[in-house]
Amino acid sequence: MSTFVLLTLTGLGLAALYFLVASGLSLVFGLADVLNFAHGLFLSVGAYATWWAADHLPGAGPTGFGFVLAAAFGVVAGAAVAALVELVLIRPLYSRTIEQVLVTVGLSLAGVALLQATWGADPRPFPRPEWTRGVTGIGGANIPNASLLLVLAAAAVLALLLLFLRYTRVGLVIRAGVENREMVTALGIDVRKAFTLVFAIGGAAAALAGALGGVYFGSVSPAQGGSLLIFAFIVVVIGGMGSVVGSAYAAVAVGLLQQFVNYYGTAGLGDICVVALLAIVLLVRPQGIAGRAVTA
Amino acid sequence: MTQAVPVSAEAPPAATPPELAAPKHRLTAFAPLVVLVVAVLLPYSTLPLPGLLDGALNEPGNLQLLAVCLVFGGLAASYDLLFGRTGLLSFGHALYFAAGIYGTDVLVTHGGLPLWQAAVFAVVGSTILATLLGAIALRTAGIAFAMVTLAFAQVGAILVARDFGGLTGGEEGLPLASDGLPAFLLGVANTVNLYWLALAYLAVVVLVVSRVAASPTGRVLAGLRDDERRVGVLGLDPYRYKLVAFTLAGALAALGGVVYLLVVGGASPHVTSSELTLSLLVMVVLGGPGTRWGPVLGGILYMYLDHRLTSLSADLPGPLGQPLFVLGAIFILAVYFFPGGLASLKSRVAPITAALRRKPAS
Amino acid sequence: MNPILTVDDLSVRIAGLHILQGVTFTVAPTGVTALLGRNGVGKTTTLRAIVGLTPRGAEVSGAIRIGKQSALSTPTHRLVRGGLGYVPEDRCVFAGLTVAENLRLAERPGAAPAYDRVFALFPELSKRAKQRAGTLSGGQQQMLAIGRVLLADNTLLLVDEPTKGLAPKVVTEVAEALEAVAEEVPVLLVEQNLAVVRRLARDAVVLAAGQVAWTGAAARLLGEPELTKALLGVGSTGVHA
Repeated sequence: MSTFVLLTLTGLGLAALYFLVASGLSLVFGLADVLNFAHGLFLSVGAYATWWAADHLPGAGPTGFGFVLAAAFGVVAGAAVAALVELVLIRPLYSRTIEQVLVTVGLSLAGVALLQATWGADPRPFPRPEWTRGVTGIGGANIPNASLLLVLAAAAVLALLLLFLRYTRVGLVIRAGVENREMVTALGIDVRKAFTLVFAIGGAAAALAGALGGVYFGSVSPAQGGSLLIFAFIVVVIGGMGSVVGSAYAAVAVGLLQQFVNYYGTAGLGDICVVALLAIVLLVRPQGIAGRAVTA
Repeated sequence: MTQAVPVSAEAPPAATPPELAAPKHRLTAFAPLVVLVVAVLLPYSTLPLPGLLDGALNEPGNLQLLAVCLVFGGLAASYDLLFGRTGLLSFGHALYFAAGIYGTDVLVTHGGLPLWQAAVFAVVGSTILATLLGAIALRTAGIAFAMVTLAFAQVGAILVARDFGGLTGGEEGLPLASDGLPAFLLGVANTVNLYWLALAYLAVVVLVVSRVAASPTGRVLAGLRDDERRVGVLGLDPYRYKLVAFTLAGALAALGGVVYLLVVGGASPHVTSSELTLSLLVMVVLGGPGTRWGPVLGGILYMYLDHRLTSLSADLPGPLGQPLFVLGAIFILAVYFFPGGLASLKSRVAPITAALRRKPAS
Repeated sequence: MNPILTVDDLSVRIAGLHILQGVTFTVAPTGVTALLGRNGVGKTTTLRAIVGLTPRGAEVSGAIRIGKQSALSTPTHRLVRGGLGYVPEDRCVFAGLTVAENLRLAERPGAAPAYDRVFALFPELSKRAKQRAGTLSGGQQQMLAIGRVLLADNTLLLVDEPTKGLAPKVVTEVAEALEAVAEEVPVLLVEQNLAVVRRLARDAVVLAAGQVAWTGAAARLLGEPELTKALLGVGSTGVHA
């Protein structure tokens, strides 16, 4: 029983990480048709900015409120980089889908290399606040607090995103734009303004994943974003592109599947099961759990 | 969502079929042959190329570098069959290349098979794999297809990294056991044979791809790239044609894997990474998608630069010492300013040279 | 009277196909002008070119003026904010959004939305405010598509096949609504149902193979069966209006 609780909650922790990366990817794709390979870079920017701020930013530090400040700095940095990428690199290629993908590919290669040149390829120890190093007893299992932190953060981000989409005018524009971008324009709305915002939101969520992922793994390295990105892509396809709720369901399914199979089977088998799940979903329901058809 | 469209708004310049080439350009038809002959004879040259290569051209180290470049030229051309010719944006091409490498390596090193048998099994197996996975992935289109192929390739990377049953050697890689190999491929002195092998592979890929492109099937593929609906209207099944392209590209990549394995003498896990496919994309776009020589040139140049920048990295400041930073930046600039890649340079330069030539006359 | 819309030598090429080849016509500043022609002659392409929604890669040449403004050099959202209302073919309401949200989206900044006008014309929309637009009937979706455009004051409306696929009774309702709308705003209407055209349109422009084949009074066109048949083909005479 305690093993079951442990696996469930750590699986949810993993799911939380995937969701934070996938939700932004999904919105960016749903609204702007951009498959963003540079999204992993936003995560790395968040992680490195947090790591840097913990040492250098006045008031920030490796633990307690200082860490919150450092993480906030990381999130702001991620959002700023993402907005900048959209304005400078993506916008001039508006509606040229493939070129946009190519640019994000180039950016992901160059960005990771830049981080590597600046801070080296080897993992750096990440600041871990006191509380996150401990465990909490739930249902007879000792759950790492870092996992709980991830789950709480992801739940908060999910709630905020849904409130934002439902109750703000920009949220309305985004929901409509995911359905039919052209028609939003034909109602007199400059939908491109929403693109920048969606990039910034996605960048912020990914940067938060970077900061909390650093706490979770205990280290940060340039390639971390890229390896998480592939599973985030899978989550986006399974969940349905453009659907935040779909991403949440899919992230939970992927996180739990991976954790349980990796524990009861061989290590690595869980990852393969996730891809098998993807294949099955595509065969049965090409449009994903929620959201529009990916074949269209 | 749009179907994966070619890189430039105008359809990429398809290779002009020979029958359409003007007679006065007949000489240029022999140009590839001349290049091939030169390439074949290259190892007999002791020409030093200071700045470009260390030492004489035919030193084993240089020949090996050239062989790697040639393999990637061919590999990029095989990827272009998907991307430039059919408009399929696959992010999993590395999988079939890696399958050729690891398949052959495992069968020779662990299975004790002679090389040619192992190679046949590996290529056939990889081709079947490409058919199966393509059959699933092609149920989606455009960006979703890109993600799905990426995910499948990731399984390959995981399988290799986890080293199930000690077959792949995990992070360490798997050196190729030399007992199963014919003598003419062994030893530093025989590097030249590997070079020729790589050249032969490149020639085969270019021949196959340009034959396919000129065939009726190739015209359907080009139609799929430009506008899939029009092909559907003609009563042809787009799915089947795309699967043919996917399978053929996979087979060519696997063949390239066999050659690459021999050239570098072992398998290492980085060939399974998604980064490899991304660099194939970079090569094709830099060279010029949908053209006969663009991807080949792109592949050769990319690998050469990657190698040279790595060996020069100690002298270069900051991020310039990172080959991927330089190549990534070049790539981004190319997407903006040279949408047709290197292959379009000729047509861009042509009006300028024509204008220059006109001047003295006036 | 100066025309509200001038289309001058408009050509559109999409993927190598010459969809429009030098289309020239004007729309009067009052009443309904019908844009007619058989299927595939370029009626929808013309409307989309006016509102600036030609697909990427299309080559557009010629000139379009709305009032004094040049339309081809102005982005779609600015044209619409300037008073160009577009009701597309197949309604294109946002299926996942509620009726109220569909309307709220169409509010244009800088002007108070005229909900009174919309609900007076289509009372059904106020009753179904919380319903998802995707669950509305075809007629209700059409009313929503017209209604959302009427939230703001327009200088010109482009309406593409508003009665397509609707039941006879609903066709009459939509035609009545458009008749009321046209008393305030000039309308360029694409319509296959000739009974609707007869009821609404004063002027007519007929396209054939990407060019203007005929212009004149709608009554004259429809009054001469030979002319109607030659320009529009047979079988397109609707009866329910």
